[in-house]
Order: sequence, then C-alpha cells, then structure tokens
Amino acid sequence: MSIIVENLCFSYKKGTPFEKKVLHDISLTVEDGEFLALIGPTQSGKTTLAQHFNALLIPHCGRVMVNEADTQDPNTDLVALRLQVGYVFQNPDYQLFAPTVGEDIAFGPLNQKLPRTVINDRVSEAMKIVNLVPEIFLNRDIYALSGGQKRRVAIAGVLACQPQIMILDDITAGLDPRGRDEILAVIRRLHREQNITIILISNSMDEAAEMADRIIVMNQGQITLEGKARAIFSHLDLLRSIGLELPESMNLVQQLQERGLAISSVPLNLDETIDLIAGSFRKGQGTT
Amino acid sequence: MARLIEVNNLSYTYRSGSANKVQALNRITMEVHRGEILAITGQNGSGKSTLARHFNSLLIPTSGEVLVDGLSAADKKNIAAIRKMIGMVFQNPDNQLISSLVEEDIAFGPENLGLPAPEIKKRVDWALESLNITALRQASPNNLSEGQKQLVAIAGVLAMKPECIVLDEPTTHLDPRGRREVLDNILRLNREDGITIVLVTHFMQEVAHCDRMIIMEQGKIKMSGTPRELFRYPEKIRSFGLDSPVASKIADGLRKMGFNLPDDILLSEELADSLCQLL
Repeated sequence: MSIIVENLCFSYKKGTPFEKKVLHDISLTVEDGEFLALIGPTQSGKTTLAQHFNALLIPHCGRVMVNEADTQDPNTDLVALRLQVGYVFQNPDYQLFAPTVGEDIAFGPLNQKLPRTVINDRVSEAMKIVNLVPEIFLNRDIYALSGGQKRRVAIAGVLACQPQIMILDDITAGLDPRGRDEILAVIRRLHREQNITIILISNSMDEAAEMADRIIVMNQGQITLEGKARAIFSHLDLLRSIGLELPESMNLVQQLQERGLAISSVPLNLDETIDLIAGSFRKGQGTT
Repeated sequence: MARLIEVNNLSYTYRSGSANKVQALNRITMEVHRGEILAITGQNGSGKSTLARHFNSLLIPTSGEVLVDGLSAADKKNIAAIRKMIGMVFQNPDNQLISSLVEEDIAFGPENLGLPAPEIKKRVDWALESLNITALRQASPNNLSEGQKQLVAIAGVLAMKPECIVLDEPTTHLDPRGRREVLDNILRLNREDGITIVLVTHFMQEVAHCDRMIIMEQGKIKMSGTPRELFRYPEKIRSFGLDSPVASKIADGLRKMGFNLPDDILLSEELADSLCQLL
C-alpha cells in the first residue's frame, strides 16, 4: 500500500483575510513497507502534510492517492481508508475520549462492527504490543494514567484497527527515557514483524537518524531535503539554518573537528560516535 | 544555603478514601534551597509533578507538611502569600495562556496583584525583555509556536516577580530548538536574577545543567545529589528508567575502550576538552 502525493498545496482559513498557506507544491511517494521520517522545525508543515495521508485534510490543489484511491474522489470510502492508514496524534488527550483504557482501544474495532470476541482479542493483543498488561490496565480510568501510559493507549487504539500504514506524530514527546526506548522498540517491531509502513513525524533528528530508512526534511511548507539518513546528515549547516537542533553526538563531533581531530564521517548513533572518536585517535597515534 | 521550601514526611493519595485511590507520594522529605536550580526527575508516574504541585499549594498534603519560607502550605490563609513567592509553569502552555494578546496575558498576574498601571507596564516590559520575546508583544498566543507560547507562559509567571519558579516539564511539547531556548532562559533567570528554579524534567541534557537533582520512583526519593555525583552511576540511573546525558554515555564508552577520561563528564564541551588534552 503506497501513498503518492502530487503537487499538493494547502492553506488554513482559506478564503478569509487570515488565509495562511502552509504547504506549497509538495510531491512525494511513500513506498509500501518503508520506514520514513518526516522531520522539520515547528510549523514547517509536517503534521498538515501527514494529515493528508489519511484524508483528515483534503488538498486545495494537487492530489493525494492512497493505494490508488484519490482522497478528493467522492467515491473513495474515507472511513475504510482511515482504518488502513492509522494516525496517532501528538497529544494523546486529543485522541483518547472513552472513560477506560479498554473501551478506548475497542472504539475502532467496534465501529468496524466486528464480533465482540474478535474485538476483545484485538484489544488485548494491541495492549500487549505496547506493553500495557491487560489484567492491570484494561479497566483503568484514562484520567488516572500518566502521559506515557496515555500515549501507549493511543497507539494501541490505532493498532486495534490493524492498519497497514501508521502515522506517528511526535509520539515520544513527554515520555521518560525508558518509555521512549520502549515505544521506539514497539515501532521497530511493528515495522519489522507486522510489516506496517511507518511514517514517523519528529522534530528530533536523533530519533530520525536512529530509526528511519529514509528522511524527508520540511521547512516552511516545502521539502528541503530528501534521502537516506546519512546523506541528509551531511548537510549539517543547512539543517541548523532552518532551525533544527543537531543531535548532541553530532555537535560533539563537530566540536572535535573544529579542534583539529580528523573525523570524516557523521555518526548516526552513540556507538558510531564512540567508534569514530576512537578511530581518529588511533589514526593520530599512527602518524605521530 | 537557606531553605526556601521544606518538605517533611509528605504523603499524598489521589482520590483518598475511594476504592480506586492511588498513593502518589510516600513519606517524602526534601528541601529546595534559595538560589539553587533543582531538577526533579523520574519516570512518568513516579510522582514528580505531584510533589511539585505541593510547592505552591495546588495540592494539599494527605499527611506530612510543606513549608514555604516557614509558612505551612496547607493553611488556607497562607496560600496567597505562597503563590506570590512560588510561580508555576505547566507542561502545556495552552492550559496557562488565557488572553488574546501576549502582553495582556503577561499583565494578567500583576493586575491581579492590584499593582498600579505604570508598575504593571514596567513588569511586562521587563518580563518580555528577560526572555527575549519583546517582538511578540502584540501577537496572539494562538499564532505562536509551542516554544514561543511556553516562553510567554514563563514571562507571565516572571512578571509576578516570584522568588522561585517551579516548571513542570516545561519543554515536553517543544522541539529541540525551543527546548534549548527555554532551558537557556531558565538558566539565565537563575544565574542573573537569582530566581530559585525547580525543574521537573526527564531530559537528562537539562538535568546535567542543574545544581542538584532528585530521582523519584513510585512516590519515593531514590537518589539525590549533584548531577556530577549521580551520573557516575549510569547503571543505577538506568534502573530507575532514566538515562545519562549523551556526553556521559560517550565518555563511558570511550573509557571502556581504554581512554583515560574523568568519570564525571556531563557536557559535550567538557568531553571535547578532556579528549583534546589526550592529544
């Protein structure tokens, strides 16, 4: 299942004096089974773009094809499309509304009119994937959950619809380090084992570097860069100039380079950073 | 150092008395020193926000006591004085911003203190300037980025001229750039204006800049000390679901490969310095 975007543009408050153009002539393809990160500074249009992927927004010009169905076509079944392309919102409070965890996760499958036993299975399956023990959390009041737990419930609710594509909008915001690692491990597993296409929206370059096969960098409603992670991170100055913060490890490597250490490549994670620094020292010792 | 906030044997239970009560704090004893910047950290649900909300009487202890400048935070007649001393900034600035203009929002607190108009204007100017957001004065909070909104929320608290600002995960909804701007501003308010800061966070990069840190788990304080002392025990830190600052982790990895580096590195600049000394 792929998504094809052609010459998409979109404005908020269109037709009013407050009209604000947020997407300008965007074209891209999301391939079936890939792990794509959409990064960019706040208000660069990432979320607006992604909300076109499951027809939460409809283009003002250009078009969006999801699995060959045009989201503007009145004959397209948008409800079915939104079950296939699940969207996990940035703020779980916008997503969760049922009184208890179990009811919230069951909401999607319930609307698919599935038999109760199937719904129950899907709910407990989804809860297990996000590390919420059903025996403990099924009847827990949503309001008694911490931020990290709410986020996991939101992901489970989308998972229970068995989507083929999942859009994850800045879902690690607010999580503690362990919670973040756990969620990222869940996402990796969804991608590898269930073959779900993942579109990760993030403003953290660390996360994109660690997780994604391909990265699209957005700025001011346009695509600034697109490519494999390592190619993207060879443009450090450009990334910084559009308001992105470099990962701490890349900052460190840059500081060392400025002080004359010969490090030629960009590290994508901590282990690479350690190896690169150690390697440059070994080389240094070889020549002196 | 003089104590600004003193917490003795504090316990707090949500929905106490009902069937689904949850004990969030379990016999906490700690203090906040005047002029310091204290990080409270711990996993989601460990009780850090609940603890912080006792500092300005948003929550009243189920048992034990909280004293702010010697005043009991449980006593209703102290609440106004305590809230004047201790300002609070929340995770989501949308819950804090109420006006349609930035300057009106910042003026809201001082207006409620009953200050004369010229003094209010002076404070608004000062707060805007302190946080480098004078340009946003006439903007509508709706049109700001999350990072800008959070700076406006902090400015609103700052305009009350509190002795201490308690920030409850203020950077959670911000992008990394916004996060750094907020952190830089918080550090400056502490270092230049002497405002005591309590920072509830689970960003270890932020904790690394604080004078002191407290690690909480299941409503209890598990460790406290300076970041330099505590991050020497990365396994212990990890056992509480936390992490070490990036520079500490890289230094750790390099030490295991035989690099002769100090075991208390917290910041990239320190690591770069130490590495260059090895050249």
